[in-house]
Amino acid sequence: MPTLEDYKGEIPSWCPGCGNFGILKTFKEAMVDLNIKPHQFTIVSGIGQASKFPHYLKCNTFNGLHGRTLPVATGIILANHEMLVIAVAGDGDCYGEGGNHLMHAIRRNINVKLFVHDNQIYALTKGQASPTSMEGMKTKNQPFGVLSGQLNPMALAVALDCTFVARGFAGDTEHLKGLIKEAINHRGFALVDVLQPCVTLNKINTYKWYKERVYHIEPEYNPEDRVEAFKRALEWGERIPIGIIYRNHRPTFEERIPIIKDKPLVGQSFDLSIIEATLKEFY
Amino acid sequence: MDYSIKIGGEAGQGIQTIGNTLGRVFSRRGYHLFTHQDYESRIRGGHNLFQLRFSDSPVMASRDRIDILVALDKESILLHEKELSEHGIVIYDSSALKQRYEKPYFLDVPFRDLAMEHGGNKIMVNTVATGAVLGMLKIEIDILVETIKDTLKKKGEEIIKGNINAAMAGHDFTTRQCQRCSFSTAPQSKPKMLIAGNDAIGLGAVASGCKFYSAYPMTPSTGIMLYAAGKAKDYGIIVEQAEDEIAAINMAIGASFAGVRSMTGSSGGGFALMVEGLSLAAMTETPIVIALAQRPGPATGLPTRTEQGDLLFAIYTAHGEFPRVIFAPGTPEKAFYLTNKAFDIAEKYQIPVLILTDQYLADSQWTFDGFDLKGIRYTDYRIRGDAFKDISGYKRHHCTDNGVSPLGIPGDSKHLIVTDSDEHNEEGHIIEDVETRKKMVDKRLFKKLPLIRQEIEPPILYGNSHPEIVITGWGSTYGVMKEAVDDISKNKDIAMLHFSEIYPFPSTERFDYLNLLNNAKLTICIENNATGQFAYLMKGETGYEFNATINKYDGRPFTLEYLSGELDAHIRRL
Ligand SMILES: Cc1ncc(C[n+]2csc(CCOP(=O)(O)OP(=O)(O)O)c2C)c(N)n1
Ligand SMILES: [Mg+2]
Repeated sequence: MPTLEDYKGEIPSWCPGCGNFGILKTFKEAMVDLNIKPHQFTIVSGIGQASKFPHYLKCNTFNGLHGRTLPVATGIILANHEMLVIAVAGDGDCYGEGGNHLMHAIRRNINVKLFVHDNQIYALTKGQASPTSMEGMKTKNQPFGVLSGQLNPMALAVALDCTFVARGFAGDTEHLKGLIKEAINHRGFALVDVLQPCVTLNKINTYKWYKERVYHIEPEYNPEDRVEAFKRALEWGERIPIGIIYRNHRPTFEERIPIIKDKPLVGQSFDLSIIEATLKEFY
Repeated sequence: MDYSIKIGGEAGQGIQTIGNTLGRVFSRRGYHLFTHQDYESRIRGGHNLFQLRFSDSPVMASRDRIDILVALDKESILLHEKELSEHGIVIYDSSALKQRYEKPYFLDVPFRDLAMEHGGNKIMVNTVATGAVLGMLKIEIDILVETIKDTLKKKGEEIIKGNINAAMAGHDFTTRQCQRCSFSTAPQSKPKMLIAGNDAIGLGAVASGCKFYSAYPMTPSTGIMLYAAGKAKDYGIIVEQAEDEIAAINMAIGASFAGVRSMTGSSGGGFALMVEGLSLAAMTETPIVIALAQRPGPATGLPTRTEQGDLLFAIYTAHGEFPRVIFAPGTPEKAFYLTNKAFDIAEKYQIPVLILTDQYLADSQWTFDGFDLKGIRYTDYRIRGDAFKDISGYKRHHCTDNGVSPLGIPGDSKHLIVTDSDEHNEEGHIIEDVETRKKMVDKRLFKKLPLIRQEIEPPILYGNSHPEIVITGWGSTYGVMKEAVDDISKNKDIAMLHFSEIYPFPSTERFDYLNLLNNAKLTICIENNATGQFAYLMKGETGYEFNATINKYDGRPFTLEYLSGELDAHIRRL
């Protein structure tokens, strides 16, 4: 059994009080609860404050480019589908720069768990609007306020028939831990959008702001009803639902690839013996 | 014996089918063959052509002069009638073209009627035409019959029979009716291997243990992905059509990180999108092979034509400073071996390696006696399984003497594999301090570079060993330059220098090509681009400046007559 100590990583460079700390602590606890050891999983992250995440625990890590988390995760899971692959990204990273990849990762239904640390702002670059910033929010770079509509990642994911769609809150760690575990235990692509207060740069969506609005989705709710899920996904404003919004059981992409049915690609040895037969095809 | 056949018509008329089938018959009959294609970026209509040149001695370029023109449309006649040799003949179907040509070198073959009558379907006009060409050449029908059986295996007896009958009908017709046909074609001893550039790269990847190929379709690179996809089942390869080229290269990097040999490919615009990923591969020291099949730019350019316009782009693109290797094979055979070498070097030094081709090489087919598999390198440089479990104190980016760090497989051991696109320390964690930064650049760049340089082969010298005239080129111009040397060497001391391992620029240690150039009276750099990028590179790398350059940038390849003509003009001035 791993202990929390086994997950101790580098010292975080996040601001004191950052929502990321809550997510980090909760994530480690979830891994301990699930009995997953550091070498048994890989975190792929992008660039941003959120994406420094894997350095602050212990795991196999590919900290790649801004926005390109999911393609790298796709490559890893296709090469080794027995590896638990987790993607960590910021809202800018995943919904802005890498938006196209999100759409296609959902379509493929790769068995990757995506945690988006959604602080509704570009933190690392010091406070520009992100796709999830609320309309009207003023920043140095949006002097007239955000003019574009706010992206709703939950509704987007339900519309794309994403197999696991959930929202958590960095200020409600017990609840978040449950979601992390559910997402990891889910077979297929999981999107968990975690509301993550940025205490330095987002003065609107604060701990207080979120706490006044979030509510736990009631236990009777059936996340397998897509129409209901869509309604729930559209809720934002006075009340913000947290919990599993939608789930379905489509087969994963990897399950559908016949050549890796018996063994992950990385475990398959290379055999040059049939090449003679292949060469004959050119005669 | 040295005959050229041109098949011209609209897209969708089956020009490729005729060309490919004839090619197969010629190579099976043991001839040396060279084919090239010129097509428009459309599915139907337009003007497209497929040219075959076969001989009893090696051929590796197209000629302007043709002996048989198979005209499937009027435009083919309009455009290419003038290219006929003195014994050349045009075959066409007057009922399809709705026109009769009375000149003595026109032979009206009722492709459609024969297809209907003997094959039972007008689709078989292509088979009739193929048979007709062979009849003109006095080549027996048996190899064609075999070829039809092979290629139509999956289509069923009925269709095979129809096609055989259609082929025979075409063959009989021209055997009886072509009075002007004076071709003589003795069979050669052994069947030859026939392979195009793209297939050779695909085959090279397969033979190197490539397990993952992700790309986004883009002419002229798509053929490589198609080849790999065709072999996915037999060889256990995952071929993923990515949502875009950015995803393609990042997926390949992810798969390589996880422990399998990975490749991607594109053409100029798609490769431009991959550039940030190229830099990522360099920073994370993740081995990757990238095929860059050039086509004329800028932007979308001429999607289906050829150019060598991206050499300097390939060398200098991507932010930051890091080592990379660039190969530019001149033949499918070289493409096969260099693809294999690309995989080897990429993994050995944990760097990106690029294979630069162009539409001309990608689509042209060549014959060979066969590829010798003894030349294939396969060393697994990754640390797997127990070997990885057993090492102590693992650091992914450990600063070793030669700069090459141990490349482990995530999950195979308790050792963690950590890497980052940020500058990182030996463990792979983000750092910003000056010492580590400098140490890492030294490791990635300066320590590896001398070793990588030593892997690079010098250019090939062909022709006179003390030449008065030296022509120099790189990549796909190999064949046409070599034939031009053969032509001109009858009267002049001429040689060719051909570079296929371009970057890092080959040293003069093993072969002092600069000495050769300095001792020549006339040196000419030949490139299928406007600005002479290789000449520029040569000057920058060695200080050497060519006396003259020949550049072609009309989107079409050099033909032998064109190049010889240009060379003559320079030589006459000597
Ligand atoms: C290709 C590219 N574009 C831009 C950047 C600069 N950049 C780094 S992080 C970032 C946005 C960060 O926002 P988010 O993804 O929400 O992460 P956060 O810092 O808020 O956690 C930007 C624009 C970059 N590194 N790479
Ligand atoms: Mg953010």
